[in-house]
Amino acid sequence: MTYKQRIDGRKFDEMRKIEAKVGVIPRADGSAMFKIGNTWAYAAVYGPRNLHPKFMQDPQTGILRCSYNMMPFSSSGERVRPGGSRRSKEISLVTQKALLPVLNLEDYPNSVVDVFIELPQTEAGSRCAGICAASMALADAGLDMKDLVSAVSFGKVDDKLVVDLDYSEESYPDAGVADIPIAMLPNSGKISLLQMDGEVTKEELMKLIGMSKKVLMDIYEVQKKALKDKYKGVED
Amino acid sequence: MYKELRSHIISLLEANTRLDGRKLTEYRQPITVELGVVKTAEGSARVKIGETDIMVGVKLEVGEPYPDTPDEGTIIVGAELLPMSNPEFEPGPPQIQAIELARVVDRGIRESKALDFKKLCITPGEKIWMVVIDICPINDAGNLFDASSLAALAALKNTRFPAFNGVKVDYKNKTDNKLQLEKTPIAVTVIKIGNKFIVDPDTEEEKVVDARLTVSSIENGTLCAMQKGGDMPLSAEDIDKMLDIGIEKGKELRKHL
Repeated sequence: MTYKQRIDGRKFDEMRKIEAKVGVIPRADGSAMFKIGNTWAYAAVYGPRNLHPKFMQDPQTGILRCSYNMMPFSSSGERVRPGGSRRSKEISLVTQKALLPVLNLEDYPNSVVDVFIELPQTEAGSRCAGICAASMALADAGLDMKDLVSAVSFGKVDDKLVVDLDYSEESYPDAGVADIPIAMLPNSGKISLLQMDGEVTKEELMKLIGMSKKVLMDIYEVQKKALKDKYKGVED
Repeated sequence: MYKELRSHIISLLEANTRLDGRKLTEYRQPITVELGVVKTAEGSARVKIGETDIMVGVKLEVGEPYPDTPDEGTIIVGAELLPMSNPEFEPGPPQIQAIELARVVDRGIRESKALDFKKLCITPGEKIWMVVIDICPINDAGNLFDASSLAALAALKNTRFPAFNGVKVDYKNKTDNKLQLEKTPIAVTVIKIGNKFIVDPDTEEEKVVDARLTVSSIENGTLCAMQKGGDMPLSAEDIDKMLDIGIEKGKELRKHL
Protein backbone atom coordinates (compact mmCIF):
# COMPACT_ATOMS: atom_id res chain seq x y z
CA MET A 1 0.00 0.00 0.00
CA THR A 2 1.20 3.48 -0.71
CA TYR A 3 -0.12 6.91 0.26
CA LYS A 4 -0.78 8.26 -3.24
CA GLN A 5 -2.73 11.37 -2.55
CA ARG A 6 -3.28 13.39 0.62
CA ILE A 7 -6.76 13.06 2.07
CA ASP A 8 -7.51 16.80 1.80
CA GLY A 9 -5.86 17.09 -1.64
CA ARG A 10 -2.77 19.04 -0.60
CA LYS A 11 0.66 18.46 -2.14
CA PHE A 12 2.95 16.43 0.11
CA ASP A 13 5.02 19.50 1.01
CA GLU A 14 2.08 21.89 1.23
CA MET A 15 0.86 23.36 4.52
CA ARG A 16 -2.76 24.05 5.36
CA LYS A 17 -3.99 27.63 4.92
CA ILE A 18 -2.37 30.01 7.40
CA GLU A 19 -3.72 33.21 8.93
CA ALA A 20 -1.82 35.35 11.40
CA LYS A 21 -2.59 38.57 13.23
CA VAL A 22 -0.77 40.61 15.87
CA GLY A 23 -2.25 42.75 18.64
CA VAL A 24 -5.50 40.84 19.09
CA ILE A 25 -5.70 41.11 22.91
CA PRO A 26 -5.59 44.78 23.93
CA ARG A 27 -5.04 44.10 27.64
CA ALA A 28 -1.88 42.06 27.05
CA ASP A 29 1.60 43.59 26.63
CA GLY A 30 1.86 41.60 23.41
CA SER A 31 -0.49 39.23 21.63
CA ALA A 32 -1.06 37.29 18.44
CA MET A 33 -3.35 34.85 16.70
CA PHE A 34 -2.10 32.05 14.45
CA LYS A 35 -4.42 29.76 12.52
CA ILE A 36 -3.32 26.80 10.40
CA GLY A 37 -6.18 24.88 8.82
CA ASN A 38 -8.67 24.24 11.61
CA THR A 39 -6.08 24.64 14.35
CA TRP A 40 -6.40 28.01 16.02
CA ALA A 41 -4.08 29.50 18.65
CA TYR A 42 -4.03 32.74 20.64
CA ALA A 43 -1.04 33.89 22.63
CA ALA A 44 -0.76 36.70 25.17
CA VAL A 45 2.44 37.99 26.76
CA TYR A 46 2.53 39.78 30.11
CA GLY A 47 5.78 41.22 31.40
CA PRO A 48 8.52 41.50 32.24
CA ARG A 49 6.68 41.84 35.55
CA ASN A 50 7.29 41.08 39.22
CA LEU A 51 7.64 37.43 40.03
CA HIS A 52 5.92 35.98 43.09
CA PRO A 53 6.55 33.96 45.17
CA LYS A 54 9.92 35.51 45.80
CA PHE A 55 11.90 32.25 46.07
CA MET A 56 11.26 31.70 42.35
CA GLN A 57 13.11 34.89 41.46
CA ASP A 58 16.52 34.72 39.83
CA PRO A 59 18.81 37.69 40.57
CA GLN A 60 20.87 36.88 37.44
CA THR A 61 18.05 36.94 34.87
CA GLY A 62 14.37 37.19 34.14
CA ILE A 63 12.58 33.92 33.61
CA LEU A 64 10.12 32.76 30.96
CA ARG A 65 6.93 30.94 31.94
CA CYS A 66 4.72 29.32 29.32
CA SER A 67 1.30 27.83 29.60
CA TYR A 68 -0.47 25.86 26.86
CA ASN A 69 -4.19 25.30 27.34
CA MET A 70 -6.95 23.82 25.21
CA MET A 71 -10.34 25.46 25.69
CA PRO A 72 -12.96 22.94 26.84
CA PHE A 73 -14.75 22.96 23.47
CA SER A 74 -11.61 22.88 21.31
CA SER A 75 -11.49 19.17 20.57
CA SER A 76 -13.54 17.54 17.84
CA GLY A 77 -14.32 14.69 20.26
CA GLU A 78 -15.44 14.92 23.87
CA ARG A 79 -15.19 18.06 25.98
CA VAL A 80 -11.70 18.70 27.33
CA ARG A 81 -11.85 18.91 31.11
CA PRO A 82 -10.46 22.24 32.31
CA GLY A 83 -7.52 22.39 34.68
CA GLY A 84 -4.63 21.04 32.64
CA SER A 85 -3.41 17.55 31.96
CA ARG A 86 -0.04 15.80 31.88
CA ARG A 87 -0.09 16.43 28.13
CA SER A 88 -0.69 20.19 28.45
CA LYS A 89 2.02 20.48 31.13
CA GLU A 90 4.56 18.75 28.90
CA ILE A 91 3.65 20.94 25.94
CA SER A 92 4.01 24.03 28.15
CA LEU A 93 7.52 22.85 29.02
CA VAL A 94 8.70 22.16 25.47
CA THR A 95 7.12 25.45 24.33
CA GLN A 96 9.16 27.32 26.93
CA LYS A 97 12.33 25.57 25.71
CA ALA A 98 11.43 26.36 22.08
CA LEU A 99 11.06 30.10 22.78
CA LEU A 100 13.83 30.69 25.31
CA PRO A 101 16.79 30.79 22.84
CA VAL A 102 15.49 33.93 21.10
CA LEU A 103 15.11 36.02 24.28
CA ASN A 104 17.59 38.15 26.23
CA LEU A 105 16.16 38.16 29.74
CA GLU A 106 19.42 39.05 31.54
CA ASP A 107 18.33 42.69 31.60
CA TYR A 108 15.30 41.82 33.76
CA PRO A 109 16.60 40.15 36.94
CA ASN A 110 13.99 38.89 39.41
CA SER A 111 11.16 39.24 36.90
CA VAL A 112 9.04 36.98 34.77
CA VAL A 113 7.71 37.03 31.24
CA ASP A 114 4.44 35.10 31.11
CA VAL A 115 3.23 33.55 27.86
CA PHE A 116 -0.32 32.20 27.83
CA ILE A 117 -1.34 30.10 24.83
CA GLU A 118 -5.03 29.29 24.43
CA LEU A 119 -6.58 27.11 21.75
CA PRO A 120 -10.24 27.67 20.85
CA GLN A 121 -10.20 25.00 18.14
CA THR A 122 -7.72 22.20 17.37
CA GLU A 123 -7.13 19.72 14.60
CA ALA A 124 -3.51 18.51 14.86
CA GLY A 125 -0.42 20.68 15.05
CA SER A 126 -1.58 22.74 18.02
CA ARG A 127 1.75 22.96 19.86
CA CYS A 128 3.41 24.35 16.71
CA ALA A 129 0.60 26.84 16.14
CA GLY A 130 0.95 27.91 19.78
CA ILE A 131 4.70 28.45 19.38
CA CYS A 132 4.20 30.52 16.20
CA ALA A 133 1.61 32.72 17.96
CA ALA A 134 3.76 33.03 21.08
CA SER A 135 6.88 34.20 19.27
CA MET A 136 4.86 36.87 17.46
CA ALA A 137 3.31 37.95 20.77
CA LEU A 138 6.78 38.24 22.36
CA ALA A 139 7.88 40.49 19.50
CA ASP A 140 4.67 42.51 19.83
CA ALA A 141 5.45 42.99 23.54
CA GLY A 142 8.61 44.83 22.45
CA LEU A 143 11.04 42.37 24.01
CA ASP A 144 14.60 42.27 22.76
CA MET A 145 14.70 39.23 20.48
CA LYS A 146 17.43 37.55 18.45
CA ASP A 147 14.97 35.94 16.07
CA LEU A 148 11.40 34.72 15.76
CA VAL A 149 10.45 31.07 16.21
CA SER A 150 8.57 29.27 13.44
CA ALA A 151 7.11 25.81 13.85
CA VAL A 152 5.14 23.16 12.02
CA SER A 153 4.90 19.40 12.16
CA PHE A 154 6.59 17.12 9.64
CA GLY A 155 6.10 13.44 9.29
CA LYS A 156 5.57 10.32 7.35
CA VAL A 157 2.33 8.74 6.29
CA ASP A 158 2.83 5.21 4.98
CA ASP A 159 5.69 5.64 2.48
CA LYS A 160 5.48 9.43 1.96
CA LEU A 161 7.23 12.27 3.75
CA VAL A 162 4.68 15.02 4.43
CA VAL A 163 4.44 18.53 5.84
CA ASP A 164 1.79 19.66 8.39
CA LEU A 165 -0.16 16.51 9.16
CA ASP A 166 -3.85 16.98 9.81
CA TYR A 167 -5.98 14.82 12.07
CA SER A 168 -6.94 12.32 9.38
CA GLU A 169 -3.26 11.74 8.63
CA GLU A 170 -2.20 11.50 12.27
CA SER A 171 -4.70 8.67 12.61
CA TYR A 172 -4.23 7.19 9.13
CA PRO A 173 -5.46 3.63 9.32
CA ASP A 174 -3.34 0.52 8.73
CA ALA A 175 -0.11 2.35 7.97
CA GLY A 176 2.96 3.60 9.74
CA VAL A 177 2.65 7.26 10.71
CA ALA A 178 5.34 9.45 12.20
CA ASP A 179 4.61 12.90 13.62
CA ILE A 180 7.57 15.23 14.14
CA PRO A 181 6.91 18.76 15.37
CA ILE A 182 9.84 21.06 14.64
CA ALA A 183 10.44 24.64 15.72
CA MET A 184 13.24 26.65 14.18
CA LEU A 185 14.96 29.99 14.65
CA PRO A 186 14.69 30.89 10.96
CA ASN A 187 17.72 33.18 10.73
CA SER A 188 20.20 30.76 12.27
CA GLY A 189 18.45 27.60 11.06
CA LYS A 190 18.80 26.13 14.55
CA ILE A 191 16.11 23.85 15.93
CA SER A 192 14.57 24.55 19.36
CA LEU A 193 11.73 22.01 19.39
CA LEU A 194 12.08 18.46 18.18
CA GLN A 195 9.76 15.68 19.20
CA MET A 196 8.61 12.65 17.39
CA ASP A 197 6.38 9.70 17.73
CA GLY A 198 5.95 6.93 15.22
CA GLU A 199 8.53 5.21 13.10
CA VAL A 200 11.07 6.62 10.63
CA THR A 201 14.59 5.74 9.60
CA LYS A 202 17.46 8.06 10.44
CA GLU A 203 17.83 8.86 6.73
CA GLU A 204 14.19 9.86 6.44
CA LEU A 205 14.39 12.02 9.54
CA MET A 206 17.48 13.86 8.24
CA LYS A 207 15.71 14.37 4.93
CA LEU A 208 12.72 15.92 6.74
CA ILE A 209 15.02 18.19 8.74
CA GLY A 210 16.62 19.18 5.45
CA MET A 211 13.19 20.07 4.06
CA SER A 212 12.14 21.96 7.18
CA LYS A 213 14.19 25.13 6.62
CA LYS A 214 12.42 26.07 3.40
CA VAL A 215 8.95 25.31 4.77
CA LEU A 216 9.54 27.17 8.01
CA MET A 217 10.86 30.20 6.09
CA ASP A 218 7.38 30.42 4.54
CA ILE A 219 5.81 30.54 8.02
CA TYR A 220 8.44 33.10 9.08
CA GLU A 221 7.37 35.37 6.20
CA VAL A 222 3.71 35.15 7.33
CA GLN A 223 4.72 35.99 10.91
CA LYS A 224 6.86 38.95 9.81
CA LYS A 225 4.08 40.28 7.60
CA ALA A 226 1.56 40.10 10.48
CA LEU A 227 3.97 42.02 12.71
CA LYS A 228 4.60 44.65 10.04
CA ASP A 229 0.87 44.98 9.38
CA LYS A 230 0.21 46.00 12.96
CA TYR A 231 2.82 48.73 12.88
CA LYS A 232 2.13 49.83 9.33
CA GLY A 233 1.22 53.48 9.23
CA VAL A 234 2.74 54.17 12.64
CA GLU A 235 5.60 56.16 11.10
CA ASP A 236 3.44 58.18 8.72
CA MET B 1 -7.47 52.33 47.27
CA TYR B 2 -8.28 54.11 44.01
CA LYS B 3 -9.36 57.23 45.93
CA GLU B 4 -8.27 59.61 43.19
CA LEU B 5 -9.79 57.48 40.45
CA ARG B 6 -13.04 57.23 42.35
CA SER B 7 -13.46 60.97 42.90
CA HIS B 8 -12.55 61.61 39.27
CA ILE B 9 -15.12 59.10 38.00
CA ILE B 10 -17.79 60.51 40.35
CA SER B 11 -17.18 64.07 39.20
CA LEU B 12 -17.59 62.89 35.60
CA LEU B 13 -20.81 61.06 36.48
CA GLU B 14 -22.13 64.25 38.13
CA ALA B 15 -21.59 65.93 34.76
CA ASN B 16 -23.49 63.07 33.12
CA THR B 17 -20.45 61.60 31.38
CA ARG B 18 -17.73 58.96 31.81
CA LEU B 19 -14.01 58.36 31.24
CA ASP B 20 -14.59 57.40 27.61
CA GLY B 21 -17.30 60.01 27.02
CA ARG B 22 -20.26 57.65 27.20
CA LYS B 23 -23.62 58.46 28.77
CA LEU B 24 -24.39 56.69 32.05
CA THR B 25 -26.61 53.97 30.63
CA GLU B 26 -24.86 53.56 27.33
CA TYR B 27 -23.04 50.36 26.29
CA ARG B 28 -19.69 50.48 24.55
CA GLN B 29 -19.86 50.12 20.78
CA PRO B 30 -19.65 48.21 18.62
CA ILE B 31 -21.50 45.23 20.06
CA THR B 32 -20.99 42.21 17.81
CA VAL B 33 -22.33 38.66 18.04
CA GLU B 34 -20.74 36.03 15.75
CA LEU B 35 -22.25 32.56 15.65
CA GLY B 36 -20.54 29.25 14.90
CA VAL B 37 -16.97 30.49 15.29
CA VAL B 38 -15.63 27.19 16.67
CA LYS B 39 -16.09 24.11 14.46
CA THR B 40 -15.17 21.62 17.20
CA ALA B 41 -18.05 22.75 19.41
CA GLU B 42 -21.68 21.74 18.88
CA GLY B 43 -22.52 25.42 19.20
CA SER B 44 -20.44 28.53 19.69
CA ALA B 45 -20.48 32.29 19.72
CA ARG B 46 -18.09 35.17 20.09
CA VAL B 47 -19.38 38.39 21.60
CA LYS B 48 -17.54 41.68 21.65
CA ILE B 49 -18.71 44.68 23.63
CA GLY B 50 -16.18 47.41 22.94
CA GLU B 51 -12.82 45.76 23.67
CA THR B 52 -14.31 43.00 25.81
CA ASP B 53 -14.08 39.80 23.81
CA ILE B 54 -15.64 36.48 24.89
CA MET B 55 -15.90 33.03 23.34
CA VAL B 56 -18.49 30.53 24.46
CA GLY B 57 -18.63 26.94 23.27
CA VAL B 58 -21.33 24.33 23.85
CA LYS B 59 -20.55 20.61 24.01
CA LEU B 60 -23.31 18.04 24.30
CA GLU B 61 -22.75 14.95 26.39
CA VAL B 62 -24.98 12.00 27.21
CA GLY B 63 -25.35 11.31 30.93
CA GLU B 64 -27.68 10.00 33.59
CA PRO B 65 -30.53 12.14 34.94
CA TYR B 66 -30.72 13.25 38.56
CA PRO B 67 -32.90 10.84 40.58
CA ASP B 68 -35.46 13.57 41.38
CA THR B 69 -35.85 14.62 37.70
CA PRO B 70 -35.64 11.32 35.76
CA ASP B 71 -37.16 12.80 32.59
CA GLU B 72 -35.09 16.00 32.38
CA GLY B 73 -31.76 16.86 30.84
CA THR B 74 -29.62 19.59 32.34
CA ILE B 75 -27.11 22.35 31.75
CA ILE B 76 -23.63 22.78 33.19
CA VAL B 77 -21.97 26.20 32.95
CA GLY B 78 -18.24 26.62 33.42
CA ALA B 79 -16.24 29.83 33.30
CA GLU B 80 -12.49 30.15 33.28
CA LEU B 81 -10.95 33.53 33.85
CA LEU B 82 -8.10 32.87 31.45
CA PRO B 83 -4.88 34.61 32.54
CA MET B 84 -4.44 35.46 28.85
CA SER B 85 -7.37 37.89 29.03
CA ASN B 86 -6.43 40.09 31.99
CA PRO B 87 -3.09 40.79 33.73
CA GLU B 88 -4.73 40.23 37.13
CA PHE B 89 -6.04 36.72 36.43
CA GLU B 90 -3.78 33.97 37.72
CA PRO B 91 -3.42 30.44 36.43
CA GLY B 92 -4.88 27.67 38.52
CA PRO B 93 -8.24 26.27 39.59
CA PRO B 94 -11.29 28.54 39.15
CA GLN B 95 -11.33 31.37 41.66
CA ILE B 96 -14.52 32.57 43.30
CA GLN B 97 -15.02 35.28 40.62
CA ALA B 98 -15.12 32.60 37.92
CA ILE B 99 -17.54 30.49 39.92
CA GLU B 100 -19.87 33.44 40.52
CA LEU B 101 -19.79 34.35 36.81
CA ALA B 102 -20.67 30.78 35.79
CA ARG B 103 -23.47 30.54 38.32
CA VAL B 104 -25.04 33.87 37.32
CA VAL B 105 -25.04 32.81 33.65
CA ASP B 106 -26.43 29.39 34.65
CA ARG B 107 -29.33 30.89 36.62
CA GLY B 108 -30.37 33.21 33.82
CA ILE B 109 -30.74 30.27 31.44
CA ARG B 110 -32.09 27.74 33.94
CA GLU B 111 -34.67 29.91 35.73
CA SER B 112 -36.07 31.54 32.60
CA LYS B 113 -36.64 28.05 31.21
CA ALA B 114 -34.85 29.14 28.06
CA LEU B 115 -34.28 25.43 27.47
CA ASP B 116 -37.03 22.89 28.00
CA PHE B 117 -35.14 20.28 30.05
CA LYS B 118 -37.81 17.66 29.21
CA LYS B 119 -36.80 17.91 25.53
CA LEU B 120 -33.26 16.94 26.59
CA CYS B 121 -34.42 13.56 27.88
CA ILE B 122 -33.42 10.57 25.74
CA THR B 123 -34.65 7.64 27.88
CA PRO B 124 -36.43 8.53 31.15
CA GLY B 125 -34.44 7.46 34.19
CA GLU B 126 -31.50 6.40 32.04
CA LYS B 127 -30.12 8.80 29.45
CA ILE B 128 -30.29 12.54 29.06
CA TRP B 129 -28.44 15.25 27.16
CA MET B 130 -26.18 17.43 29.27
CA VAL B 131 -25.60 20.83 27.69
CA VAL B 132 -22.14 21.95 28.77
CA ILE B 133 -21.55 25.66 28.28
CA ASP B 134 -17.97 26.94 28.68
CA ILE B 135 -17.15 30.63 28.92
CA CYS B 136 -13.64 31.73 27.86
CA PRO B 137 -12.73 35.43 27.87
CA ILE B 138 -10.19 36.40 25.20
CA ASN B 139 -9.87 40.00 26.40
CA ASP B 140 -11.44 41.24 29.64
CA ALA B 141 -11.97 44.97 29.29
CA GLY B 142 -14.88 44.98 31.75
CA ASN B 143 -18.44 43.69 32.14
CA LEU B 144 -17.83 39.96 31.75
CA PHE B 145 -21.29 39.23 33.22
CA ASP B 146 -23.35 40.78 30.44
CA ALA B 147 -21.02 39.73 27.62
CA SER B 148 -20.87 36.13 28.89
CA SER B 149 -24.64 35.84 29.30
CA LEU B 150 -25.23 37.16 25.79
CA ALA B 151 -22.54 34.87 24.35
CA ALA B 152 -23.92 31.82 26.19
CA LEU B 153 -27.39 32.40 24.80
CA ALA B 154 -26.05 33.03 21.29
CA ALA B 155 -24.01 29.80 21.48
CA LEU B 156 -27.10 27.85 22.56
CA LYS B 157 -29.01 29.31 19.63
CA ASN B 158 -26.26 28.02 17.35
CA THR B 159 -26.16 24.49 18.85
CA ARG B 160 -26.92 21.35 16.83
CA PHE B 161 -27.10 17.85 18.27
CA PRO B 162 -24.42 15.37 17.26
CA ALA B 163 -25.48 11.94 16.05
CA PHE B 164 -26.18 9.45 18.86
CA ASN B 165 -26.79 5.75 18.24
CA GLY B 166 -27.97 4.91 21.75
CA VAL B 167 -24.49 3.96 22.93
CA LYS B 168 -21.98 6.48 21.63
CA VAL B 169 -22.04 10.11 20.57
CA ASP B 170 -20.56 10.64 17.11
CA TYR B 171 -19.08 14.12 17.47
CA LYS B 172 -17.80 14.16 13.89
CA ASN B 173 -21.36 13.97 12.65
CA LYS B 174 -23.68 16.87 13.49
CA THR B 175 -27.38 16.41 12.78
CA ASP B 176 -29.76 19.14 11.56
CA ASN B 177 -31.53 18.88 14.89
CA LYS B 178 -31.13 22.24 16.63
CA LEU B 179 -31.36 23.05 20.29
CA GLN B 180 -34.57 24.99 20.71
CA LEU B 181 -34.58 28.22 22.70
CA GLU B 182 -37.94 28.84 24.41
CA LYS B 183 -36.98 32.21 25.90
CA THR B 184 -34.19 34.73 25.52
CA PRO B 185 -33.03 35.80 28.98
CA ILE B 186 -30.68 38.77 28.84
CA ALA B 187 -28.48 39.85 31.74
CA VAL B 188 -27.79 43.51 32.37
CA THR B 189 -25.48 44.47 35.22
CA VAL B 190 -26.33 47.84 36.72
CA ILE B 191 -23.53 49.47 38.70
CA LYS B 192 -23.85 51.95 41.52
CA ILE B 193 -20.96 54.38 42.08
CA GLY B 194 -21.69 57.14 44.63
CA ASN B 195 -25.34 57.90 43.96
CA LYS B 196 -25.18 57.29 40.21
CA PHE B 197 -26.15 54.26 38.18
CA ILE B 198 -24.31 53.07 35.08
CA VAL B 199 -24.21 50.04 32.80
CA ASP B 200 -21.34 48.27 31.02
CA PRO B 201 -18.44 49.34 33.26
CA ASP B 202 -14.93 49.38 31.82
CA THR B 203 -11.87 48.13 33.71
CA GLU B 204 -11.32 51.44 35.54
CA GLU B 205 -14.96 51.80 36.59
CA GLU B 206 -15.00 48.22 37.89
CA LYS B 207 -12.28 49.18 40.39
CA VAL B 208 -14.55 51.70 42.14
CA VAL B 209 -17.93 49.92 42.12
CA ASP B 210 -19.99 50.38 45.32
CA ALA B 211 -22.66 47.86 44.38
CA ARG B 212 -23.82 45.96 41.35
CA LEU B 213 -27.05 44.22 40.48
CA THR B 214 -27.19 41.77 37.59
CA VAL B 215 -30.76 41.71 36.31
CA SER B 216 -31.81 38.91 33.95
CA SER B 217 -35.13 39.39 32.19
CA ILE B 218 -37.05 37.78 29.34
CA GLU B 219 -38.81 39.34 26.33
CA ASN B 220 -41.89 40.59 28.23
CA GLY B 221 -39.78 42.18 30.98
CA THR B 222 -40.36 39.44 33.56
CA LEU B 223 -37.35 38.94 35.81
CA CYS B 224 -35.80 35.48 35.86
CA ALA B 225 -32.61 35.85 37.91
CA MET B 226 -30.66 38.43 39.89
CA GLN B 227 -27.37 38.76 41.68
CA LYS B 228 -26.34 41.58 43.99
CA GLY B 229 -22.62 42.16 44.32
CA GLY B 230 -20.23 44.81 45.61
CA ASP B 231 -19.50 45.87 49.18
CA MET B 232 -22.23 48.49 49.73
CA PRO B 233 -25.93 47.82 50.45
CA LEU B 234 -28.80 49.02 48.27
CA SER B 235 -32.02 50.79 49.25
CA ALA B 236 -35.44 49.80 47.87
CA GLU B 237 -35.34 52.99 45.77
CA ASP B 238 -31.95 52.01 44.38
CA ILE B 239 -33.25 48.57 43.43
CA ASP B 240 -36.35 50.08 41.82
CA LYS B 241 -34.20 52.28 39.57
CA MET B 242 -31.71 49.53 38.80
CA LEU B 243 -34.45 47.11 37.73
CA ASP B 244 -35.92 49.70 35.36
CA ILE B 245 -32.52 50.21 33.76
CA GLY B 246 -31.84 46.45 33.64
CA ILE B 247 -35.10 45.59 31.91
CA GLU B 248 -34.92 48.47 29.44
CA LYS B 249 -31.30 47.81 28.49
CA GLY B 250 -32.06 44.09 28.22
CA LYS B 251 -34.48 44.87 25.39
CA GLU B 252 -31.72 46.78 23.61
CA LEU B 253 -29.15 43.98 24.00
CA ARG B 254 -31.62 41.31 22.87
CA LYS B 255 -31.67 42.90 19.40
CA HIS B 256 -28.09 41.70 18.89
CA LEU B 257 -29.10 38.03 19.10
